[in-house]
Order: sequence, then structure tokens, then C-alpha cells
Amino acid sequence: MNYAVWGRMVLYLLGHQTMRGKFDGAEHLVRLVVVAFVAVLLFFALRKVMVPSEFGKYGHFRPAALAEIASKAPVYAGRGACADCHDDVVKLKSEGKHANVACETCHGAASVHAADPDKQKPLLPDTKLLCPSCHEASTAKPSKFPQVVSSDHAGDAACGTCHKPHEPNKSPEDKS
Amino acid sequence: MNTGVEGFMYPNEMQLQWSVLIVLYPFITGLVAGAFILASLARIFHIAAVQPVYRLSLLTALAFMMVAPLPLQLHLGHPERSLEMYLTPHKTSAMAMFGFVYLWYLMVVLLLEIWLDYRKDIVLAARSSTGWKKWLYTALTLGSNRIDERSLHVDERVGWFVTLIGIPSAFLLHGYVGFIFGSVKANPWWSSPLMPVVFIFSAMVSGIAAVLLVYQASCYFRKRPVDMPCLDTIAKYLFYTFLIDFSLEMLDLVHRTYESSQSFRTLDFMVHTRLFGSQIVGQIFLGTLIPLALLLFTQVGKPSEHIRRTLYTLGAFLTLLGIFSMRWNVVIGGQLFSKSYLGYTTYKMEFAEREGLLPAIILMILPFVLLWIMVKILPPWQEQKA
Amino acid sequence: MSMSRRDLLAAAGKFIILSGAAQEAMESATGDLAPDSKYRMAEHYWAMTIDINKCIGCGNCVKACAQENEVPKGFFRTWVERYEVSGDDLEHPRVDSPNGGMNGFPSIDKPADKAFFVSKLCNHCAHSPCVQSCPVGATFESPDGVVLVDQKYCVGCGYCIQACPYGCRYMHPTKHVADKCSLCYHRITKGLTTACCEVCPTGSRRLADLKDPKDPVHDFLRVNKIQVLKPEMATGAKVFYKDLDGSVR
Repeated sequence: MNYAVWGRMVLYLLGHQTMRGKFDGAEHLVRLVVVAFVAVLLFFALRKVMVPSEFGKYGHFRPAALAEIASKAPVYAGRGACADCHDDVVKLKSEGKHANVACETCHGAASVHAADPDKQKPLLPDTKLLCPSCHEASTAKPSKFPQVVSSDHAGDAACGTCHKPHEPNKSPEDKS
Repeated sequence: MNTGVEGFMYPNEMQLQWSVLIVLYPFITGLVAGAFILASLARIFHIAAVQPVYRLSLLTALAFMMVAPLPLQLHLGHPERSLEMYLTPHKTSAMAMFGFVYLWYLMVVLLLEIWLDYRKDIVLAARSSTGWKKWLYTALTLGSNRIDERSLHVDERVGWFVTLIGIPSAFLLHGYVGFIFGSVKANPWWSSPLMPVVFIFSAMVSGIAAVLLVYQASCYFRKRPVDMPCLDTIAKYLFYTFLIDFSLEMLDLVHRTYESSQSFRTLDFMVHTRLFGSQIVGQIFLGTLIPLALLLFTQVGKPSEHIRRTLYTLGAFLTLLGIFSMRWNVVIGGQLFSKSYLGYTTYKMEFAEREGLLPAIILMILPFVLLWIMVKILPPWQEQKA
Repeated sequence: MSMSRRDLLAAAGKFIILSGAAQEAMESATGDLAPDSKYRMAEHYWAMTIDINKCIGCGNCVKACAQENEVPKGFFRTWVERYEVSGDDLEHPRVDSPNGGMNGFPSIDKPADKAFFVSKLCNHCAHSPCVQSCPVGATFESPDGVVLVDQKYCVGCGYCIQACPYGCRYMHPTKHVADKCSLCYHRITKGLTTACCEVCPTGSRRLADLKDPKDPVHDFLRVNKIQVLKPEMATGAKVFYKDLDGSVR
């Protein structure tokens, strides 16, 4: 679209009309219309420069945002990552009640550890604090979910005294 | 976290998003629309009695129009990106489309009409003034120099047409602000087809009241007598518009109370507690019933000129308070209750912060400063020149 | 006079053409995900299922999400609510969500007749009112069904936060842009599940891909009684709850 040519055409038409007396007394308005027209053209030029590339490709948004959002590095490594090195524990856990509890649920986010095992060691949680967060009895929890009032059940003892977290049905003395 | 919370609120709801600045915004645009409608009474409906305030109304509208974007810019998280609303406006967004309504109204209606009406005075002033004033007026002429009868006739005809389309444009301007709230289905306090209509009529009420006060103030400062037939007519239109506005708001209230759906009990409780001061006392009693009573008395009792002027002034002040309260109750009130309908929070208005009371006060004073400057440059009244 | 007008228009025309050419030159790569990524947006349509019967209110999801997404303190991309319903009074449940449920819930003194947990997050609505309301196009639904926020484009007006019926959005206190659950878009496009689903110990929360014929979501939706939050809002919410009680707000 050659704006300069269009502009010339409009100007010619307007000028022609003015000289023919049709707009006698209205030149100042014609001038305003021309200024407005130029402003609109400038706005479209500004749009072409300033609107991000391919805006609207998938919808009314900047398509580059998808890649930007997706490029963030995960903080949690995911279940699969632990099995690469710790497949023995994973296999052990998969036979007990905590089969579907992810490693990072208790040991915290481990992507840094998974990338460089020596750089950061995951948490070894204190069972006295960790286990009740799921297993402390509450009327709001599903009734069939294993839960105890820890003060009645264990007194002051930590849960790990009697329960192995990776094999919750077994106690630490159980070597089977 | 937020000790002002009562009951249950969704965790992200406890802090209000829209502050007193967003209360100011519909208030200011309402004044714009209302002042313009008053001007159009003279131009389109040929109500000669209000002709003395025609130009003053237009300038008042322009002064407030220029300040209107400022509270929004102060509120935005990234005001430097605000041009995006014009570059990539989302056509489904009421807020985006409003940017163009605002631009249309400012450029094509207000500025054009003022320029056309003042053009002769501007050209004369350009010819007769000296120094920097000459530059200013010459610039305002936009290069035109003809003020013969033919060109003035053209001005008058085009100006009449601009005022004509300006009336629906003014309705669109403030009705749209109402729609920005009224279209939010997530908020039962806002979501209503009545919202744009209530906003339009309350805008007219506030604009007429504002011009009434500005006109009286201008006569006081210029030490000129008030044109009483003009003032009486303004007050009459204020009264009738206010009756319509009040009826609409009562309709909304009665409808809500009667249907008593899930949201009602929450809203009802809120109005009786957190919003009692601003809704019952501020908006309904002080801001609507009393000014209506005062205006009714002036219409029916026909008291003396002095008493009428006092009552008009008092009534207009209370009216502005009432309309401001209405905006407050809509914007702030709409955010005080949880969308779970189970709890409430409080609005803690800061003072000297970006969205605090101090900027709000400054933004309300600013239009009057601008108006004062405009009145100096483009005097609305025909003074007898020596 | 007319000469200067002509010149002005010619100059404007030249400016427009030249700037257009410059724009073409500046054109960067297309907006797809990284060129080496094997992820194809067209192959997925994301949703989530939540089984109320399995939620134990441990708050692990809230903690993990906060860590994974650097959620600012006091704001929540996901949270857990505890409901206590007495008898037949569905209209007045007692609800609490201390710190979003991040550290569990305090014990109840006088237990009600019925109590349960409800975890909530952005519903990634198919007819999202927040997307509709955004004035600039900063919040949008991706082609694979995730409602996202373009933090570089958001102006921070807060209209989307007003428009969301579920209260899942907030204004980021330091970035000053709208923020909310992104369905861990940076994870799901790499074949991982969301952080909240990863650490859910009971499998109450599960990421679902409606376009994957092998996804368990299809059976889940077919076999169970399914609800969404606030169905009267007709948002096309894509977080599907199993056995959501009528008292839930």
C-alpha cells in the first residue's frame, strides 16, 4: 500500500473541490480532516513498528510468550529422575503402601541434585515432623486413609522409630 | 495475613485490586459526560436559559477529560506499556474498547466543538495580542484566519452536528464505564444490565451539579451577578435527572432484595456493616435524599433568590458527595466481599502512596487548576472590551 | 500552502514504507516453542482431575507449587480449602484455608457432621472470562488449552483478577503483573507432570490430556459423577472434580 500515492490523490481531490468553491469557508475544516488522516496513517505506521512480531498468530497474544514460559527450568525433577540412580529404593518402595508417593514429596525438590548429585543432597526429613503432615488424624480426612493421633499412638517418639518410610508396613528391625 | 478479614475469603482475594484511584476514574468521566449534556441542552435543545454556561460547561468537561487518564496511569503495574491498549486492543475487552471511545470523545467531540465555537475569538486574539500569547493563539488557530460570515456559518453548522453526535457519544463514554463493571459476571455486585444506565444518569447528575457550582464560583470570582434564570434551569434539570437516577438505583436494590439469591445475603450484610457509612449515610441519605428534598423545596416552595442559591449550592455539594459515594460503593464495595460469599475484607487506604488518598486529592484539584488556565486563555464569557 | 501539504504527505508516505521495510528485517523467529523441542501443541489439550475422596489436606501441592514457580509469599497459585458442613445446612459451610493450606490445617475443636478438603487452582477455562477481559492480549489460552500470562506484555490493570470467578489470580507484588497457575507449562511441555500432581501423595490430583486417547481421564469422566466449580458461570472450566459436595463455593 503506497501511502504517499494515496495521500497525493486525496490531497488533489480535496484541493480540486476547494478551488471549485464547494468548500468555500471550510478550508480550515478540510485542513483538520487532512491532519486527522495523516495522524491515522502515522498510527498505522507506529503499529507496524511497535506491535510484536507475529502477534495474533495463534490468538490475540504474542506467540513468543509460549516459548518464554516453556523455557523455565523445572525445580522438581519428577519421579523418573530418581530411578536412574536409586532404582533399588524405588523398587523397594513400589511394593509397599507408599508406592505412589513421589520421592520429592518427602525429600524435597531435587532437580539440582539430579543434574549434579554431589552439588546438593536432598533433605533427609525428620520423621517426627514430616509423617504427621499426612497421617495426623482429622475428621476432614477420608476415613479409610491411615491416620493416627500421634500423641496417643507414639507419645514423644519419632515415627521412624517404628516405621520404615520406604516400606511403611515394616519396622526398622524387620530385615525381610 | 490481613487482619481485616472476616469469615472466609479465597486466599488471593484478601487484598483489594482497585483502589480509590479507580473510584476517581468513573467519577471524573461522569463529570465530563454530565457537563457536556448540560452544554448540549443549550445547543441542540435550544434551552436558551442555560446559554450562559454553554462554554463554561464545555471547558469544565475538557478539564476533567484531560485528567481522567491520570488515575489509571498511576494504578497500572506497567504504565509504560499502556500504549499496548491502542496498538493491540483486545476486541472482547470492554476496557480496551473504551480507550477508543475516550479518544473519539476527546478528539472528535470535545476538542472539535470547543475549537469551532471559539475559533473566531482565537483568531481575533491572535491578531490583537503580543509576545508569547500571540504565539499561543496563532498556534490554536491551526493556520486558519478567515472569520467572515461564511466561514463562521460553516463553523456553526458543523459545530451543531458535532454536538448532536456528541450526545450519544457522551452517553457512550460513561455508559461504557458502567459496562466495564456491569459486564463482569464474576462479581454479583457489579454484574447487571442496569449498571451502564445507572452510570449514565449519575454522570449527568454529577456533571450538572459540578457546572452549577463552577458557574456560581466563577461569578463570585469575577464579581458578576449570577444569571438566576440560568441557575434555576440548571437546578431544575439537576432535580429531574436525579429523580430518574434515584429511581434506577432503587429499582436495582428492590430487585436484588426481592430475588434474594445467593449473593444477596452477603451483600446485604456488607451494606449494613462495612459499607454502612458510605452507602446508607453517604450515598442514600446525605447524597441523595437530602439534596432531592432541598431541590424539591426550591421547585415547589419558590423561596427567595438568596435562599435558592444557598440551597442549590448545598444541594450540589451533597449531590457530588453522593455520586462519589456511589462510585466508591461500586468499586470498593464490589471488592470487599469474597466471591465465595462467605467472608469480607477491609480496604486500607494509604495516604502518601502511589494509589493513596493524597494523589486522589491532587487529581481532584488538578482539573480545577486546568479549568482556571483554560478560562484565562479562552474566556467563556463575553466581556465588554474597552 | 498546497505545496507544503503535498510535501508533508510525501514525507509521511516515505516514512511508513521505510519503517515497514525495517520491520521486515527485524522479524525474529516464529513464536513456537524451542526449535529443538519435540513438543507439538496441536497434540495436547490439557486439563486436570481432582478426586475429593482422596485429598488429605497435607498441603504438599501448595508447597511444591510455591517452590516450583517462585510464588510470592501470601499469594497462591493453588491452595486447599477445608469444608465443614453441619447437617442439612449446605448454604453455610465453615471454610478455612490457613496460609492456603500450605502447612496443613489446625485440628477442629467441635467437628462438624461432614468435613473434607478441596484443592483449587486455575481452571484453565475453555471460555475464560479472564482472557475475554484482558485489554491488551497479555493473558490468553494457548493452542493446547492452558491459560497463560505473558509477563512481558501485561500492563497490570487487574481487570482479569476482577473477572475471574474463582479467585485464582493475584497481582505479583514485585513484578506488578497479573499472575496465576500456569499448569506448570514449563514442565508439561517437557513430558513431566505439574509440581502439584508430582507431590500429591494420594493421587487426588492428576494432570489430564484430553487429546490423548490412552489418558485415564476419559474413563474418569465417564465412570464418575463429575462437577466443576461454579458451573452457572459457564466458563468451560477444565478442572474436573469427582464427588464435589454441593456446599463447595
